[in-house]
This record gives sequence, C-alpha cells and structure tokens, in this order.
Amino acid sequence: MVSLYTDKLSSVRETLSPLVTPFYKITDIPGKIGQWIDEVMASPTDLQAENDTLKTQVLILQRKSQQMAALAAENVRLRQLLNASNLLQETVLIAELIGVSPNPLSHQVIINRGTADGVFKGQPVLDAYGLMGQVIEVSSNSSTVILISDATHAIPVQVNRNGVRAIAEGTGDMNSLSLRHVSANTDIRVGDLLVSSGLGKRFPVGYPVAEVQQVERDPAKAFLTVTAKPKARLDRSRHLLLVFESFRETVDILGDPPSTKSVTH
Amino acid sequence: MKTSTINLYLLIGGSFLIALILSVYPLPMSCRWWRPEFVLMVAIYWVVVLPYSISLTALCGLGLFQDLLEGTPFGQHSLGIIIVAYICLFSYQRLRNFNLVKQMISMFFVIAIAQLADNWVQGMAGRPLVEISFIYAAITSALIWPLIRYALVFSVQKLRVFQ
Repeated sequence: MVSLYTDKLSSVRETLSPLVTPFYKITDIPGKIGQWIDEVMASPTDLQAENDTLKTQVLILQRKSQQMAALAAENVRLRQLLNASNLLQETVLIAELIGVSPNPLSHQVIINRGTADGVFKGQPVLDAYGLMGQVIEVSSNSSTVILISDATHAIPVQVNRNGVRAIAEGTGDMNSLSLRHVSANTDIRVGDLLVSSGLGKRFPVGYPVAEVQQVERDPAKAFLTVTAKPKARLDRSRHLLLVFESFRETVDILGDPPSTKSVTH
Repeated sequence: MKTSTINLYLLIGGSFLIALILSVYPLPMSCRWWRPEFVLMVAIYWVVVLPYSISLTALCGLGLFQDLLEGTPFGQHSLGIIIVAYICLFSYQRLRNFNLVKQMISMFFVIAIAQLADNWVQGMAGRPLVEISFIYAAITSALIWPLIRYALVFSVQKLRVFQ
C-alpha cells in the first residue's frame, strides 16, 4: 500500500514485470486455439464473402486516401501561409492484446509489445475506431495499457465541430466518459464528436475519442453534466495500434521509424 | 529428502500456480465481479491442513506476487491473504470438523472479509467502490469451494504426501 503514496516501488514493479508476462501468455492460449480453429474450419464461401467485403472496403478507403493526399497538400500550403509548423506524420506499430486486467475496477489491458519493439511509457494507443488509452508499464516484451475509461484516467479533448476544449475523464464504466468543468453556456450538443486536442503533449491531435451522448443543463449547478461514449471498442478490439510520433515544431517530419515492423500511417 | 516431502512441495507450488493462472484468466467485463478467489481458497486449504508449517510471510509474498500479476497496488492482496490466513490459523480445528455446508458458509464470510480489505485499498487508490458488487466473488468462491477442496484432497491422496 506504500505504492499509493510514492512512486519508488514502480521501479521494483518494472524489474519484476517479466515474471508476469508468461501468466498472461498462458491464459491467452485457449483464445488463440479458438481463433486457430475458426481459421482452419472457415468454409470457402465464408472466406469468399469476407474477401469481397474486404475488397470493397479497400476500394472505399483508397478513394478516401486519394482525397486525403490532396487535402494534406492543401493543409500544408495553408499552414505555410499562416507561418505555422507542418503537420506531423506518425508511424504506428500493430500490437495484439494478450490479456485484460482481472481487477474489475481498473480498465487495463496487456499487449504483446514491449521495450524490445520500442514501446515507451506514456505512448498513445489506438484501435481502428478511435483512441483507446496509453501505455503505463513496459517490460521487455509486453506492456500494460490503461484505457481512457479507467476511473483514474483523463484526456484533453476538443469538440470537432467548434474546437471547444474540455477534459474527458474515465468513469469506471467502459461505455461512458464524463467531461469535466464545462461551463453552462458552452456550445456542446448531443452527437458532437470529441477529438484529442493534443494539449497534454501526450496524445496526438485529432484522433476521435468519444461522441457526446447526453448534455444536462441543471441551473443549480455551475457546470454542465456531459457524458460521452468512447469511439474505440474498448472491450472488443484485439488488435491495437501503438503510435510513434513527435511533437517537434520543426519541419523535419520523420526520423527513422522506431521499428522495422512499423507501418507508415 | 523423502519423495513424499518433495511431492508435497510440488503440490503446494503447483496448486498456487494454477490458482494464480485462474486468477488472471480473461473474463468478460460483466462476469469479472464473479471471479472466485482461487488463490485465497488454496491458501486457506493449506493453512487448515498444515497450520504448523505454513508461513504468513510466505503468504504475504504470494499476495505481493498476485498484486504484481494483477497490476493492483502492492499490498492489496497480501493484506487480504494475511487477514484470512490469520483467522483460519486461529480456527483451523473448528474448520476441519465442519461439514461441507458449514465450510462453504465460513468460506463466504472469510472471503468477504478479504474482499472488503481489497476494496478498501482500491478505494484508497482512487477507484470508486461500486455498491456491494465485491461480495459476488465471495458467493462464487463459497459455491466452488467443494470442488477445489475435493481436487486438493484427491491430489493429496493420489501423491501420498502424508506418509
């Protein structure tokens, strides 16, 4: 319990954490076997159908990325006009979930990447739908990720529609975040998309975090009660993306990618 | 060392290892409150069977390892384990003579006490206590106790560790 009041023990935890990895690897085996059986037993028609859907998806995404290139170029030009720094590009590393924290009160997951892959403490983690959380503990080949819905986690966000900034706190419920200290006359509506604002210098700018689900204006209270639903599938995603990026203000966009396995995003 | 002694150490170590693995086995979020306290139950079994040779310090170490495993603040599980082991150390003669139903009832109360200590530490760590849901684990533990007890008694007899 001393560790509640001091960080001195976290180094002990880090040194001992390689002992923990095999346990999560073992508990992951039945899931892996299930997956393998699914893959082996899949019928050709199912595979064909899946292939078709994936092809359509690739087409749609390719169209989007074509537009994206033009937009990015335009953005760079506009930023040059404004004399602002260039947009930063990020590399990502795909990680697989190998375990979840057994403690029902803490929302943490364990992934199969560690210092050997260049993972560092405080690294942002995404899934295909939005921001999931950040790395809080790293060992040589696994690391612990705290999810944005954990009751001890908060993330700076802004409303995508008008740029209003706020802090989204986890509530201990996988499906809701609450916005802190939003003054009563703020322009925020149900359905607004909250994206990361990058203000804490920890999360990259512009990734979807949550969607506003409920805005309650109680005249008796100084602040609005706003709840939002996380965009990322916090309890379902098995493949996560670790983001490598730098908040450099200069023009040089990318150094060497931190790992050969990383993919340019 | 006699084979029976080696077998005993292997059995104790193995049972705790399996209990630790079960205690981190992934469960859906909705079931996570119902996960029985395997490590506690195995610890109670060995305390009741070997009250003179079990060491509270070793159990404390086991609790610390469980904390490391589950990512909880250091001391959370060891506190629960020590309280429970102490209670069982005092009442092992009574526990040995209880029939199964009475054992299950006492298991419920003992594990509820450990869960209370757990949640107390969690509360100090800043995670809000959710109603009374922490008691669910005590219920499932009590229900699964006969199974664990028979598994352990069976392996003790099979390996002839007390001969």
